[in-house]
Amino acid sequence: MELYQLTIHELQDLLSRKETSALEITQAIFARITAVDDRVRAFITLTEEEALAKAREIDQQGQYGRIAGIPLGLKDIFCTRGVKTTCASRILGNFIPTYDSTAAGRLFAEHGILAGKLNMDEFAMGSSTEQSAFFPTCNPWDLTRVPGGSSGGSAAAVAADEIPFALGTDTGGSIRQPASFCGVVGLKPTYGRVSRWGVVAYASSLDQVGTFAKDVKDCALIMQIISGKDPLDSTSVDLPVPDYQTSLDGDVKGMKIAYPREYFQPGIDPNIQEIIKKALLKYEEMGAIVEEVSLPHSEYALPAYYLVATAEASANLARYDGVRYGLRDYEAANVIDMFSRSRAEGFGAEVKRRIMLGSYALSSGYYDAYYLKALKVRRLIADDFSRVFADFDLIVSPTTPTVAFKLGEQIGDPLTLYMNDILTVPVNMAGLPAMSIPCGFHEGLPIGMQLIGPAFAESTLIKAAFAYEQNTDFHRLRPALEVK
Amino acid sequence: MSKDFEIVIGLEVHAELKTRSKIFCSCSTAFGAEPNTQVCPVCSGFPGMLPVLNEQAVECAIKTGLALHCEIAEFCKFDRKNYFYPDLPKAYQISQFDLPICKGGYLDIEADGEKIRVGITRAHLEEDAGKLVHQGDITTTPFSLVDLNRSGVPLLEIVSEPDMRSATQARAYMEKLRSILLFADVSDCKMEEGSLRCDANVSVRPRGQEKLGTRTEIKNLNSFRALEKAIEYEAKRQIEAIEDGEEIVQETRTWDEAKGVTRSMRSKEEAHDYRYFPEPDLPPLRISQDWVDKVRSSMPELPEQAGRRLMEQHGLSSYDVDLMTQSPQILQFFDDTLRLHSDAKAVSNWMMGDLSRLLNQNGMEIQEAKVKPALLADMLNLLDEGTISGKMAKTVFEEMFASGKDPQTIIKEKGLVQISDADALLPLIEEIVNNNPKVLQDYKNGKEKAFGFFIGQIMKATRGQANPEMVNKLLKERLDRE
Repeated sequence: MELYQLTIHELQDLLSRKETSALEITQAIFARITAVDDRVRAFITLTEEEALAKAREIDQQGQYGRIAGIPLGLKDIFCTRGVKTTCASRILGNFIPTYDSTAAGRLFAEHGILAGKLNMDEFAMGSSTEQSAFFPTCNPWDLTRVPGGSSGGSAAAVAADEIPFALGTDTGGSIRQPASFCGVVGLKPTYGRVSRWGVVAYASSLDQVGTFAKDVKDCALIMQIISGKDPLDSTSVDLPVPDYQTSLDGDVKGMKIAYPREYFQPGIDPNIQEIIKKALLKYEEMGAIVEEVSLPHSEYALPAYYLVATAEASANLARYDGVRYGLRDYEAANVIDMFSRSRAEGFGAEVKRRIMLGSYALSSGYYDAYYLKALKVRRLIADDFSRVFADFDLIVSPTTPTVAFKLGEQIGDPLTLYMNDILTVPVNMAGLPAMSIPCGFHEGLPIGMQLIGPAFAESTLIKAAFAYEQNTDFHRLRPALEVK
Repeated sequence: MSKDFEIVIGLEVHAELKTRSKIFCSCSTAFGAEPNTQVCPVCSGFPGMLPVLNEQAVECAIKTGLALHCEIAEFCKFDRKNYFYPDLPKAYQISQFDLPICKGGYLDIEADGEKIRVGITRAHLEEDAGKLVHQGDITTTPFSLVDLNRSGVPLLEIVSEPDMRSATQARAYMEKLRSILLFADVSDCKMEEGSLRCDANVSVRPRGQEKLGTRTEIKNLNSFRALEKAIEYEAKRQIEAIEDGEEIVQETRTWDEAKGVTRSMRSKEEAHDYRYFPEPDLPPLRISQDWVDKVRSSMPELPEQAGRRLMEQHGLSSYDVDLMTQSPQILQFFDDTLRLHSDAKAVSNWMMGDLSRLLNQNGMEIQEAKVKPALLADMLNLLDEGTISGKMAKTVFEEMFASGKDPQTIIKEKGLVQISDADALLPLIEEIVNNNPKVLQDYKNGKEKAFGFFIGQIMKATRGQANPEMVNKLLKERLDRE
């Protein structure tokens, strides 16, 4: 095995035995990126010089943070001090923050090494990473296909062994769907578990920071580091962070797992349904109790999501006006003209579409019919989940209705593209934690299983995911990216 | 103004709260710093920044609510008010829309010779915007600069019911509200620095009609005077328009101080759709009864209580009371002086008269004055003892105001001691009467003016230092002996 192929815990074993160094690992990572990223195109910005300097410093000073010497990637939505943060948008094309987002800062405090910033759909609006203002990222399993989105760069980089782990954000499925498409582990925590401070906002009441990793054990470690109350984020929750490592015991005996019938409908690829059903059998074999349940309001989640998310986005993205930072049109005749022209040039089509949708939903005379109604639906969806979690520990479903689709296949059809989120969106509406883990392949493309837990039950997800992983090998499979 | 119309006024007052840091970040709120030196990524709307609510601002709001007899909401929330403007960094203002922190209070005022209770609809917390600096006039400036020091300074918007019926009442409301905010110690209330701002909603209706007329909102009222003048102008404009058969258009108008007129800014059709929605970055605010009780128990004396005390203990009129409770500093001055001099009416007269005039002339606040309560009390005591005359006292007071010297020193330096000694005055009177036989004859012939001439001569000879009452008495005795 090459260094770049290893998980965090495998690298840490080598480091602790002094069989490698932070510098060797970092060099291996950049060699790998150089070898494959011209095809995968996961990174927007690479920070090689800084990363190598940091690695040397860690080696020389013997720094022992919990991820000391481990390279990492960040979705380009995380503000990084002194490193360009574009959100894959022209409007922030030249933006260099003076601050680190809390989640990134916690990784740096543990001596993790930033290798670069990862591609995404512009402002996290999309499910394919084709909405990046710069270039699309390709799925490492089939370079003619999308990696999913919006955190497509993060998922693809981990899948392509370009980075041991990466952070992403998930507003409607933006971690789980690309994790599923790329065959890696992705965890979206409970709303409030991880600070959103310093993460460019898309839809504030739905956005949540999470992680991509090669296996569940790594995922648990990163969750341990990034979770917890942040005084700078009033929506972060002040609850103790459990020791997630203790959940890595492989024991699911007696665990009650539900699968909602609404998530196994004809719109969902039958091959995927079959593979998830197999996984459920596996859980039964391991001693879990599996039953079908109903989440009756599921079908309303997607339209309600697109009202809530776009409404919040219309306000969140209003600050990009060319006044203080980012792109400004200097030809404008007056200030209003400057606002419009800067925004017209700076935002891509999908972002504009969502700003328009959201502005409309909030407009006087439409508010009650759209935004307020969507909030009520949101409550019903959360109630659906609560009812199930009164009797069950976990809900299992497919993560996506299809496997990774072709680049360009859905780009002209926003509604079809929105349907990608149909199985992931309800979780965000209810603020619950959920994970996608590799559970099989169809025609050479990975399939993800979604695990959904009650609020702040990340331990349960990790426990169930680890048990499954212990009994399968899907997470060990890597795409065959031939090195030229 | 036509007697057939009734004017209806409601006021929206914005008070900057006196917190050390801004409402959603830790930047300083101090006034007058170099532009953009009190800013951070949060209050300048950088990507990924989140608001954290300042508890001190909430306490100020609770205090104000209690002082205005409002109900303090157990549960309230923040909302985003969306509009684009270069001084609004996030392009939305965090405010409170449907669930304000305070609602349903009142404020008692006295104006136009009657006591009026003005309802307080609500008071809500919000953040201030930055400000634009233009080169000259906004319409011709080649560029505008943005100063974000004020962006994120906490504001309390206090909305009254349309309960006022004249510009005088509106002014009285504003003055009373200011004194309450000052006593509650929640705002500096400096209208000239913009820490207290006011918009007026004005409408008129035929006397006796219940339905309210169409209202206009007047902005840019930067002083009590502007408030009064603008309302007077606007009411007159509306009445004349109606009498000419025109319809009043619901619109926002601005007060042009220089020209003394209100001008249309934008009509209802052009009004912003602010697209309010709940602020997702801040959890709803819950205020426990314990918190309210704690704030209540730490409330300083308010103008109402102080006024009652002044009337009951010192017998001041309600007019005097209003003036003595304009600000905590004025009341403090009064109370401190009264500890050293017992005549409350005299203290209040001097404070409202000479002191107030000199402060106004010099653009000073009472706490900045060199003349302190002890000096005023000393002077009043000298006046009572007859050491100085009322006229001398005015001179002494002006000097105390200018130099802060004590009255004894001033009297000595200026040679101002009053001559009340009959032995000193009698020879002088004798001399002046004897030197003016013709005037003495006039006096005998019953010419009143003659008496005044002698008084004038005596005062002149003593350089005004003779005790006038004493001179009067002695002169009369001397002349009656003729």
